[in-house]
Amino acid sequence: MAAVKPRVKVPSKASAGETITVKTLISHPMESGQRKDKEGNVIPRKIINTFAATFEGEEVIRIKVEPAVSANPYFEFDMKVPGTGTLAFAWTDDDGTVYTEDKKIEVA
Amino acid sequence: MRLALGALAALAVAASAQAGPDEDKLVIDGVEIATEAQAPEGHPLDKLYSGWRFRTDETQALQMDDFENPAMVAVEYGIELWGKPAGASGKSCADCHGDVSELAGLRAVMPKWSEAAGRPLTMEQWINWSIETHQEAEPWKWESQEMLGMTALIGLQSRGMPVAPDMSGGMAEWQERGKEIYYTRMGQLDFACATCHEANAGYMLRADHLSQGQSNGFPTYRLKWQNIGSLHRRLEGCVKDARAEPWKSGSDELVAIEAYLATRGAGLMIETPSVRQ
Repeated sequence: MAAVKPRVKVPSKASAGETITVKTLISHPMESGQRKDKEGNVIPRKIINTFAATFEGEEVIRIKVEPAVSANPYFEFDMKVPGTGTLAFAWTDDDGTVYTEDKKIEVA
Repeated sequence: MRLALGALAALAVAASAQAGPDEDKLVIDGVEIATEAQAPEGHPLDKLYSGWRFRTDETQALQMDDFENPAMVAVEYGIELWGKPAGASGKSCADCHGDVSELAGLRAVMPKWSEAAGRPLTMEQWINWSIETHQEAEPWKWESQEMLGMTALIGLQSRGMPVAPDMSGGMAEWQERGKEIYYTRMGQLDFACATCHEANAGYMLRADHLSQGQSNGFPTYRLKWQNIGSLHRRLEGCVKDARAEPWKSGSDELVAIEAYLATRGAGLMIETPSVRQ
């Protein structure tokens, strides 16, 4: 795949207390650690092991991801918006890299 | 005995429920795309159906939202490459072609006759021709992420346009050659393309719901591959499934089949980049 790249879809405007749907997708090979290359060597595991979303410092969702999840993992969840703020996303890779993305939600 | 009969009846019901395409409608972000077309005169099939109609609801749903469509990751990479200068010329695709939307309709006429080459070229071959002649850069490998990103991006510009096979130059000869291969049995299983995709389209081949083998959605994101892939990669898989020796991507045989498939799917809408099982 091309470089690991997160994508998120969040409504930019919402009313207070409204329930919104958040969609996220990250391009990632999700190498399970179960496969072998042509020489018979095990291809080391490299997956996104945790996904978390926080709204203004408060955790909204945390997902522990296992090797059975396919490439380019997609997560969708609903959340109630308390007010204007920033929704921060973080995907943690097995190699320690954390891919992040922010989205601002405006409450009218 | 009674039990066995009951089981048989249940099997018959299951089989008939699966025969043929479903009745779902493909709507991508509010825009409907027709997934069937009347077959042109003299066509071996009565009605043409996109492969989308043979997939499960879950797989279908992935294609109905551009955000959920995992192939869009490749399209985004294609956009990045479109504006990136390369090679000795230092030119990007955009420098000559402008916005990629200028290429709307191109995917629908692929493979297209090249007067200079005296043969049809597929989208991949046209791209590499342009890279070598105009950018003076290294051509891309057939199944590279660069090539798939670019073919997906250019193909997307024609989404919703009907497949309109190129009939210019010597195309007819290539289509005829493709047709010959399509009906030739091969491999240990002695299958022709037509065995599955014409005589048995709509039926189950073990767990796989056989489609008409239409090419209107390529390049496609295939869940089995966990990646986007080209039509030629899919065709190689088909040939391997018949336990025959596959041709290489970009070979004359596969280009001929691609040319013939375009005539078999004439009138169906382009769905690039589609999502399949």
